[in-house]
Amino acid sequence: METRPSPQPSPRERGEGAYAPVLRLTGITKRFGALVANDGVSLELARGEVLALLGENGAGKSTLVSILFGHYLADAGTIEAFGAPLPPGDPAAALAAGIGMVHQHSTLADNLTVLDNVMLGTEPLWWPVSRRRAGRARLVATAQRFGLAVDPDARVARLSVGERQRVEILKALYRDARVLILDEPTAVLTPQESEALFSTLRGLCADGLAIIFISHKLDEVLRVSDRIAVLRAGRLVATMPAAGTAKAGLAEVMVGRPIPPPAGKPHGRGDVACVLDHVVMHGERAGERLHDVSLALRAGEITAIAGVSGNGQAALVDLLCGLRAADAGTVTLGGQPLPAEPRAWIGAGAARIPDDRREVGTIGDLPVWENAIAERYRKPFSSAALVRRGAARSFARKLCDRYDVRGGGIDVPARTLSGGNMQKLIVGRALSGGATRADRFAPTLIVANQPTWGLDAGAVAWVHQQMLDACARGAAVLLVSEDLDEILALADRVAVLHAGKLSAARAASAWTLSELGMAMAGEGTRDAA
Amino acid sequence: MRLEARGALSPAMAIVAPFAAVVVTLAVAALFVAWAGAPVGRTYALIFEGGFGSRFAWSETLTRATPLMLTGLAAAIAFRAHLYNIGAEGQLYLGALAAVAAGGLHGGTGFDLPTPLLFAAMVAAAALAGALLMVLPAVAKTRFGVDEVVTTLLLNFIVLLFVSMMLDGPMKDPTAMGWPQSVALKEELELPKLVERTRVHAGLLVAIVLAALAWAVLRLTTFGFEVRAVGANARAARFAGVPVTRTLVLVALASGAIAGLAGAIEVAGRTGYVTLDMSPGYGYTGIVIAMLAGLNPLGVVAAAVFIAGVMVGADSMSRAVAVPTYIADVIVSVALLAMLVATLAARYRLRLR
Repeated sequence: METRPSPQPSPRERGEGAYAPVLRLTGITKRFGALVANDGVSLELARGEVLALLGENGAGKSTLVSILFGHYLADAGTIEAFGAPLPPGDPAAALAAGIGMVHQHSTLADNLTVLDNVMLGTEPLWWPVSRRRAGRARLVATAQRFGLAVDPDARVARLSVGERQRVEILKALYRDARVLILDEPTAVLTPQESEALFSTLRGLCADGLAIIFISHKLDEVLRVSDRIAVLRAGRLVATMPAAGTAKAGLAEVMVGRPIPPPAGKPHGRGDVACVLDHVVMHGERAGERLHDVSLALRAGEITAIAGVSGNGQAALVDLLCGLRAADAGTVTLGGQPLPAEPRAWIGAGAARIPDDRREVGTIGDLPVWENAIAERYRKPFSSAALVRRGAARSFARKLCDRYDVRGGGIDVPARTLSGGNMQKLIVGRALSGGATRADRFAPTLIVANQPTWGLDAGAVAWVHQQMLDACARGAAVLLVSEDLDEILALADRVAVLHAGKLSAARAASAWTLSELGMAMAGEGTRDAA
Repeated sequence: MRLEARGALSPAMAIVAPFAAVVVTLAVAALFVAWAGAPVGRTYALIFEGGFGSRFAWSETLTRATPLMLTGLAAAIAFRAHLYNIGAEGQLYLGALAAVAAGGLHGGTGFDLPTPLLFAAMVAAAALAGALLMVLPAVAKTRFGVDEVVTTLLLNFIVLLFVSMMLDGPMKDPTAMGWPQSVALKEELELPKLVERTRVHAGLLVAIVLAALAWAVLRLTTFGFEVRAVGANARAARFAGVPVTRTLVLVALASGAIAGLAGAIEVAGRTGYVTLDMSPGYGYTGIVIAMLAGLNPLGVVAAAVFIAGVMVGADSMSRAVAVPTYIADVIVSVALLAMLVATLAARYRLRLR
């Protein structure tokens, strides 16, 4: 079945060979209120090349490709695809022009098969029957041509994250994509899966596709791309060939200033603060289950849990945040078993940093000051059923001061804060324990789930420093992260969570990257000691 | 054409939105008035005059506004916690029935209580009856995730049939010439009139005091914080240590109790006995009032007076021009839709292109 005509290579493209631009962005500008997300960005993409779009979170990468794909309207600027202007704000036109997008998080329908997902939207809705046989033949042919093996009849729910991504790529190729945009494609992959993806991309380029690869990870950008375009605060600050570019220099171009390494990594091993003993948790989804997990967290030590998300992290974190109880086994904090009640854990000195700032960490419609006391609104910020507004507001003001929470003061709704400031509010709330002076409260346990996800480099360094400081003051830190760089930079000990099973926690230096990758993929997992 | 979220909702927007909604409502209703063949200006003038134009008009409006304030309050506090109690109508009827059962059957409770105690028993019975109706929806929601909109709405029909059964059976007034009407409340239990030769009764003060109290509780107390936190984001509230289930159950009971109280106050202040037409949908109109008030308890008082004025005014208007009183229902319904759109417009900006 022919869904729509293949985009014809323009005369320009044929005439100028490999360097003919398949895509040309000229002066793209996009504002959101006062924020300039893209500021006069001009870019060209040539046939057969991988262009890395590098930048910190919030640099404008996602906005730029959203404009390219028609999700957003640019305030100024034009886009040409294969020599013809692309109508703005029209995803269908972008698809028809041969632009395919692979989103960071899977956009596949879990309960449908691979074939259903790939064919979805390619057939006219008024036609009574689906031409599945033709679709299947086309899918198999496309898969073979590009070397992307999949089972057309497998349900997407059963596929691994890496396989799903392959289906997403196939879905774009099935629609005759000649330009492929990948938004942070390795964020959810193990190192080995990333490697497989890179070789797939090289194969696609050899076939003449052009690829835009969005990332903020320097290593993989240098590995996979031909050219690197660096965005900073909405501006295109540099375009350079990948070959011969050094990592350190690239980092400075991306951030705009040298980044100091975190200071004072603690090494003192204190007493055991928190113990998980043969913990079992049941749940409907894989991420909600734990199988016989044992772990001891010591004061003054950062223990990191590596692993691809959805392997039990949610269960582990919920357990240690007091949101869920273990179905078997015991958990103790400071020697005491605690009920599955957030208040009990907060009272026992647990500082909790959830992964979802907007939906779990803050109550967006309530003002900053009420969010600042949300964990301790009964003690110490109330008396006789009344909230002590004066005390609460002055605490919030001091908290914002001490943890540098900026954006409109303590009376604006928390949802108006930027991600970085929101995280500062959450971290500050957790670490200060309702005390306005640093010497009045020290958490015994810090549970940090993806604490730097989506933050810019400055905020990342800040969060890391806060954890290191608290650790030095005697907190036991559990860091759950998908970012191996973060884990290796901070952790004293590392354990890997896969399919609800936790490997033995070993000193960070005892792991090699490939061992970590293997464990994350579930191969050679050692049972917890 | 697309919707873009605005930043913070400015206080000015929050105040302008309901007024804009009222203006749009009147404009839409004007189309129906014109369709009925009546002069639009004169019709509105008559509605206004009938609702607010004289001492008598004001007294009737305030009488009508009293139960509306209470049902509006019942909806507003529940909605604040994202608990959608659509059952105020049934709670009002069961409250009224309970009030008569405590203060009317066999000359009161039959225990020969002094009047103040009997009055307290009547009020308590009504509030308890209303709260009781929220037990099942609250437990079903918090334990099994059953949608409270469905359970509270459907309970209305069950309650109305139950009330009908009682009015034709055990609680029927034998002297009512066969009309399905309950026995009358003891005369000593009736609420005093606020103004002579009008129907405005002390229930109005009760409603206003309750509204002020609800406002203060929501704003100043830990329980109020819990309600607002659960309503704004239950997941985040639970994470921070707010007892979500307990908060939801308490709000449900309070909401039901206030609606039940509305029934007692109607019986003690206006009708003296229960009939099946004692509420022309006060429970449902309360939802519109709560929305118009932006779920603010003090706003509920103002919105209730406005809606009551429209209803009373429409009654007197229809006697002068050939526009059916149903125009009041149209205005109330359109007001709800307009308010929903206005709320959306206050939070989002419509971008053409």
